[in-house]
Amino acid sequence: MDSKNHNTTPKEDEKENPRRTFLKQTSLLTAIAMAPSALVKAAENHVDDKIADVFEKMPLKMEVNGQLQSLSVEPRATLLDILREQLDLTGSKKGCDYGQCGACTVHIDGQRVLSCLTLGVMVNGKKVTTIEGLAKGDQLHPMQEAFIKHDGFQCGYCTPGQIMSAVACVREGHADSEAEIREFMSGNICRCGAYPNIVKAIQDVKEGGLTV
Amino acid sequence: MKQFEYVKAGSTQGVINALAQPGTKIIAGGTNLVDLMKRGVTAPDKLVDITHLPLKDITATSGRLHIGTLALNSIVSENSLVQKKQPLLSMALKAGASPQLRNMATVGGNMMQRTRCGYFYDTTLPCNKRQPESGCGAKEGYNRMHAIFGTSEKCIAVHPSDMCVALAALDTTVIIAGKKGERKLAFTDFHKLPGDTPELDNHLAKDEIILGIEIPDNNFADHSYYLKIRDRQSYAFALVSVAVALDISNGVIRSARLAMGGVAHKPWRLYDAEKALAGKQPSVPLFEQIARGAMQGAKAYQHNEFKINLASNAVIQALKVASGLVPA
Ligand SMILES: Cc1cc2nc3c(=O)[nH]c(=O)nc-3n(C[C@H](O)[C@H](O)[C@H](O)COP(=O)(O)OP(=O)(O)OC[C@H]3O[C@@H](n4cnc5c(N)ncnc54)[C@H](O)[C@@H]3O)c2cc1C
Ligand code: FES
Ligand code: FES
Repeated sequence: MDSKNHNTTPKEDEKENPRRTFLKQTSLLTAIAMAPSALVKAAENHVDDKIADVFEKMPLKMEVNGQLQSLSVEPRATLLDILREQLDLTGSKKGCDYGQCGACTVHIDGQRVLSCLTLGVMVNGKKVTTIEGLAKGDQLHPMQEAFIKHDGFQCGYCTPGQIMSAVACVREGHADSEAEIREFMSGNICRCGAYPNIVKAIQDVKEGGLTV
Repeated sequence: MKQFEYVKAGSTQGVINALAQPGTKIIAGGTNLVDLMKRGVTAPDKLVDITHLPLKDITATSGRLHIGTLALNSIVSENSLVQKKQPLLSMALKAGASPQLRNMATVGGNMMQRTRCGYFYDTTLPCNKRQPESGCGAKEGYNRMHAIFGTSEKCIAVHPSDMCVALAALDTTVIIAGKKGERKLAFTDFHKLPGDTPELDNHLAKDEIILGIEIPDNNFADHSYYLKIRDRQSYAFALVSVAVALDISNGVIRSARLAMGGVAHKPWRLYDAEKALAGKQPSVPLFEQIARGAMQGAKAYQHNEFKINLASNAVIQALKVASGLVPA
């Protein structure tokens, strides 16, 4: 191929880098090769057949806000729809449904993710925390308190996602400066523009040094 | 969204076998695939979930960094080996998407993400990439985000990834598995230009799986920079981006790597510019000359002419920062 026209690797580069042309088992490939053959066989069968009958619904077991849930869901159901429609946990919001706004942010195994782009079946066996799971009984989570104290919202639609993201932002260690907070909260859009107060709330929690 | 069958892969071989059946697709983070399925841009009959396969490791061995396909974009960007050996990759990843998306997105999924061209996304409009031979809506339409290099009559879409721009600059190799075993491909030969087959973004066969990538060690760590220009400060795709990696010693550029994003159907390596930089001392006049050369052959459409100036200035600025002439 002509490197000028296709913007592909020029030939002489190949010579400079003979490593490209040799093929060696990498550590990760070795790991696969070492999987017990019975296991591999079982897995192949699992992939290849038997699933036709569950085309419609599949079992889903997950822990939501500390409670084990055993559900039956369509493979196409997103975690957001399952939370809202099957479990009546309507705190997580559907702002855009396409990963663009952050209103549906929840934690899976402690990490913030977008529930609108997560297939429910892929959460099987995992722990989900939603905004409903943050408070301890009547005692609000420090981040919830801080959002109230600093007026971190107007209409409130983006707020559950903002708070879930804010908690993760502090836990991840990405709340050390206003600039860092803004960058690491950029996945949560607020149509009312409550950003300055959201940043203040997060700074307050971070500086307070409370466990979040 | 159309109904589909969901299976959990137990092995790489199982995935390859499953992919032999038409209408089957891999799902990893799901951040691009689920989006496209909701919009009806793609409608697989069966999804193979690969997220339980042991392909997450990041390890340094014998002169290279291996990153498994399932290493999350967030994990890779924060990984200490990556930050130490390949800071350019970390910078590019952090410039992409949002923290929530990076917590889901994988290396292979990022490489395989489709274009964000509005005509590709809107199933009521023509798009040769989505529906071969239906025409390109962007060419005569709203093409502000579109390519200025390597376009064809059939397609002027850009590849949207930030990560891939850094990987193209860093001489990365892609490790792929298929029916016939494993093969390796230079990252710069992974994605393709649209040509007559814009429906194909890259050279991965339908029944192949990306296992991971390898980045050779280099001397670029102290002089690497990823500059991304977008419509808002964060959480937006690049209008133009530039990845620069320089090996500078005693005030002379020994070796250089440059690639641009947001300008072509694949990460756009600037091979001639790299050659022209080698052996020279960093200076603004040199960088201006490099940028002029880099824009040769650029072709704008009705709404994206601004990209030529923008890309040129971005190249100069990224080189200035990477070489230490100005702070980031
Ligand atoms: C709102 C929004 C903003 C974004 N902004 C940016 C941005 O600024 N910069 C940027 O770079 N990206 C951005 N992204 C895109 C994001 O980076 C990608 O969606 C993500 O990297 C895809 O990875 P995934 O694991 O979720 O892939 P999936 O959605 O699971 O898969 C995507 C494709 O890859 C294929 N695939 C996955 N793994 C493999 C494998 N191992 N082998 C073969 N095929 C495979 C799948 O079959 C599918 O076709 C944005 C996305 C959204 C939704
Ligand atoms: S609803 Fe999920 S990101 Fe908007
Ligand atoms: S408070 Fe209204 S959208 Fe944020």
